Amino acid sequence: MDFLDLNFVWISLSALLIAIPCSLVGVFLVLRKMAMLGDAISHAVLPGIVIAYYFSDSYQSIPMLLGAASVGLLCTYLIETFNKVGRLQEDASIGVTYTWLFALGVVMISFMNDNVDLDQDCVLYGEIAYVPLDTLSIFGALIPRAVVNGSFLTTLIALLLIVGFKGFKLTTFDPVYATAIGISITFWHYLLMGMVSTVTILSFESIGAILVLAFLVIPPAIAYLLTNRLMSMIYLSMVFSLVAVILGYILAYKINSSISGAIASILALEFLVVFIGLQIFKILRRRATKVSYSN
Amino acid sequence: MEKESIIEAHDLTVSYDKKPVLWDVDFKLPAGLLTGVIGPNGAGKSTLLKTLMGILKPDSGYVKLFGNKLDEVRKKVSYVPQRESVDWDFPASALDVVLMGLYAQKGLFKRINKADREWAMYCLEQLGMQDYKNRQISQLSGGQQQRVFLARSLAQNASLYLMDEPFAGVDATTEKSIIDLLQKMKNDGKSIVVVHHDLQSVNEYFDWLLMVNTRLVASGPTSEVFTQELLEETYGGKLSILSQMAHILKNLEIGRKEHEKI
Repeated sequence: MDFLDLNFVWISLSALLIAIPCSLVGVFLVLRKMAMLGDAISHAVLPGIVIAYYFSDSYQSIPMLLGAASVGLLCTYLIETFNKVGRLQEDASIGVTYTWLFALGVVMISFMNDNVDLDQDCVLYGEIAYVPLDTLSIFGALIPRAVVNGSFLTTLIALLLIVGFKGFKLTTFDPVYATAIGISITFWHYLLMGMVSTVTILSFESIGAILVLAFLVIPPAIAYLLTNRLMSMIYLSMVFSLVAVILGYILAYKINSSISGAIASILALEFLVVFIGLQIFKILRRRATKVSYSN
Repeated sequence: MEKESIIEAHDLTVSYDKKPVLWDVDFKLPAGLLTGVIGPNGAGKSTLLKTLMGILKPDSGYVKLFGNKLDEVRKKVSYVPQRESVDWDFPASALDVVLMGLYAQKGLFKRINKADREWAMYCLEQLGMQDYKNRQISQLSGGQQQRVFLARSLAQNASLYLMDEPFAGVDATTEKSIIDLLQKMKNDGKSIVVVHHDLQSVNEYFDWLLMVNTRLVASGPTSEVFTQELLEETYGGKLSILSQMAHILKNLEIGRKEHEKI
């Protein structure tokens, strides 16, 4: 077994540094019943990424981040407008908005293909296996850029969440009451969506749009099934992400498959195990109560 | 005796999707009273409360609370939404929800300290909910959830309370304890406005009535406005159907009793 080498450390660390911020914002997405909005944003930021990339000529610079994040917010705004002004159902508004934004991004990539190192595969599946190859020198140490970015992302999201925890909690649980005590639900909504956009943009290159969505939704969904405390929901989703990253990497190594795909599969497996386990537990408990009644 | 008016609504018109829900509603409410808002379903009772609270923007007209704009006095006003307006599966305990009532005074960025917790516990105790403080809110009964909402409102320590159907889905004992608490709050000088459905208890509960059916039918002391005539105007044909039904049922019962005598 030689997968416990430096590659393993860097790759799983970079995946984890995406998984943690995804869990943090994902918990609130799931509680707000907005998981599909996360899906929409993670795809819709593509044209923003392409445009920003074209102008700034490098991945993950500040202009790129801002450009792509603004497209994510534009997507949120359009969905709301179609829904509220146009009276189109919310799911239909989501479907209309992100598909064309994503398609626009795909078309833009194909036009730029010759001189830009950006392609559809990379956007959808990411290239996490190459993470250790692209390094930055930090205080003399060569550290993969994805790990540096991930640390920045995790710190940023964790700070915003700690500072704004009460705001997110209140506007998620009871937006009407929040409005009544003078708190702007629009502000907190767009802040969360801005955080989702940022997470998606900084993650897409290494893990791709599909795994980002899996990280955003599946761990919080598992945790939601298991706990009825908000803090434990957050901790549990991080634990499930961590386990999926490690098992997923080992799986990918053993069967020589895509790392992103393997991690997402393990996440789904975790969900199934918890879901089925809970159903079995319920049946057993019901039987136990029946037995005690009949005695 | 002219009391200071705590709520002034001037020519309020509110509509959803261009259909007016409230039309030209204009009233002044004296301070220190327990007020009931009554009217048929869809009459705009909740809309009236939400407009007073600034949650809905009126198409025309304006509201003054304590003689000021809402934003200047928001801390003195507390609102209890309808119980069904939130998802009770949200991962929070009863105490968590009551602590949210403190955000109004403290803002979102100050830490909750020990004194805040004690105050929140006191508010839970006022509603007899202290034993449920750590219970997850989905595991509470409807009446208990309603009491958690009321405790959160109490935690705001406001002067004016607007409550949207606090008695909905509540058993008789709980309703009695809630109304006792509201009376006590009134005696402490608070003003309370309650959207209410049960006409039988109106006379007993409220000092003042707002009778609403899109338009404001009446605003005045219960003893003056709780009359057959104004009720019929408020409920349109519906009340007469109800009273006819009651009449019919009564006759049936008399008939049955006489039948049994024979």
